[in-house]
Amino acid sequence: MSRINLLLLQVLVAVVSIALWHVLTTYPIFGKLLLPPFFFSNPVDVAAQIVAWFSSGVIWKHLWVTLIESILAFVLGSIGGVLVGFWFARQPRVAAVFDPYVKMVNALPRVVLAPIFALWLGLGIWSKVALGFTLVFFIVFFNVYQGVKEVSPTVLANARMLGMSERQLMRHVYWPSALSWMFSSLHTAVGFAVVGAVVGEYLGAAAGLGYLIQQAEGVFDVAGVFAGMFVLAAFVIVIDTVVSLIEKRLLIWRPAVGDARP
Amino acid sequence: MAENAAVAASNTQNARASDAAIVLDDVVVAFRLADDVVYTAVERATLHVADGEFVAIVGPTGCGKSTLLNVTAGLVTPAAGAVNIFGNSLSSLNRQAGYLFQADALFPWKTALENVAIGLETSGTPVTDARARAREWLARVGLEAFADRYPHMLSGGQRKRVGLAQVLIRDPKILLMDEPFGPLDAQTRQIMGNLLLDLWTADRKAVLFVTHDLEEAIALSDRVVIMSAGPAARIIGDWRVPLTRPRDISEVKLDPAFHELHHDIWQKLKAEVLKGYAWSERV
Repeated sequence: MSRINLLLLQVLVAVVSIALWHVLTTYPIFGKLLLPPFFFSNPVDVAAQIVAWFSSGVIWKHLWVTLIESILAFVLGSIGGVLVGFWFARQPRVAAVFDPYVKMVNALPRVVLAPIFALWLGLGIWSKVALGFTLVFFIVFFNVYQGVKEVSPTVLANARMLGMSERQLMRHVYWPSALSWMFSSLHTAVGFAVVGAVVGEYLGAAAGLGYLIQQAEGVFDVAGVFAGMFVLAAFVIVIDTVVSLIEKRLLIWRPAVGDARP
Repeated sequence: MAENAAVAASNTQNARASDAAIVLDDVVVAFRLADDVVYTAVERATLHVADGEFVAIVGPTGCGKSTLLNVTAGLVTPAAGAVNIFGNSLSSLNRQAGYLFQADALFPWKTALENVAIGLETSGTPVTDARARAREWLARVGLEAFADRYPHMLSGGQRKRVGLAQVLIRDPKILLMDEPFGPLDAQTRQIMGNLLLDLWTADRKAVLFVTHDLEEAIALSDRVVIMSAGPAARIIGDWRVPLTRPRDISEVKLDPAFHELHHDIWQKLKAEVLKGYAWSERV
């Protein structure tokens, strides 16, 4: 299938879905609207709402807040995950002691922490950053831990025979190996950072996309809820594209999918 | 009987331990498999390798050839016996040795050039100098055009060339090679063998070359050492290779002396290969 055909088909899916949505919410079939507009709104209203947000400019403030929260959650969570992952992998005894607690906290649905963070850190951005942090941290932590543990023994022996000191092993062997594992989970980690931010906003905030959706829901403004969802989806796709570009640049040494992993 | 005479002859020849590069004296290697199970990989191996001598170790699969190399490299500590490198007892990693591994050992996140240069950078050579010399070494193994490729973009043979340059750039006095050309196809093996001989002739290092390919062993080396089937493998034969140097791997195989030696060694080796096979079947 050529690129053009693929693109056309992909657009076709969107067109058909939106057309179906529009028809079912606007025109009665057998004297009855299959999708009541009160619950499903309709594409025209949703589009109007999105246009209104962008033309008045209110949306930028909310996008900005969500973006900042996501970035902070991702960066802080990654730093924490890398440091602790390295520490645990190099100190098996520490890892063994903390193991049950790590599992316990990781098994906890993170949403239940949101009220606590709101109490501790207020309704500003930091309670959302904290929620995102708890999500990102564990993904990065587990991957870095695995990456340091699973360095090929041959590569390690070779590094030793080439005269590497413990510090040089860290820099030339453990660190790149851990980073490669971390980057392979980059999409998931970034996705969870956004989830943390939006869910946090939804549960209590003064700004952000989650707040926007929650406000619309509070007054039964279904068009507003849908509009917020579409903006959020577009926002996530943009972030994901940026992540893909960064990943491509950083993991240039890795074989493409389908080749054997070195 | 003939083999025993050969063993005795070569042992007296190498008895001057002071100028020997590698001396393994009654080395025993054992691994603890479970709490009460100890697996003896190598039983009382004695081997002398003179400076500048190219020695090949041949034996059935799983006979502990690689273990003997790891002992010489200092990666494995023997349970008993002594390891002397240029007259000094080996207590930790063997800093005089370069090791070419059987499996891929290149750093996948470094380019060919960086992989070769790293061996110098670790010992304090400034990066620009190390890179310049790495470029020379890549040229020497015929890969100057591939300096910026990552290992996964290179073929198996090319990766082995990079590995060879990575080890030799440090100018080790001893070269340990563990079936380095094992995974390569027959033609590439021959080319790599000739490349190795060329590089080795330039400044003769002591080489310990492990292989399961008897032809390769005879074609490359000065001496061929045979190990028995594991467990508790022993050294059971030691032959001097009467072929002149410089050699070409494909031509040397046509020499009558090559065939005679091959026949002699194979008589002894065949029984061990069968034994090793029977043992692996049982396990």
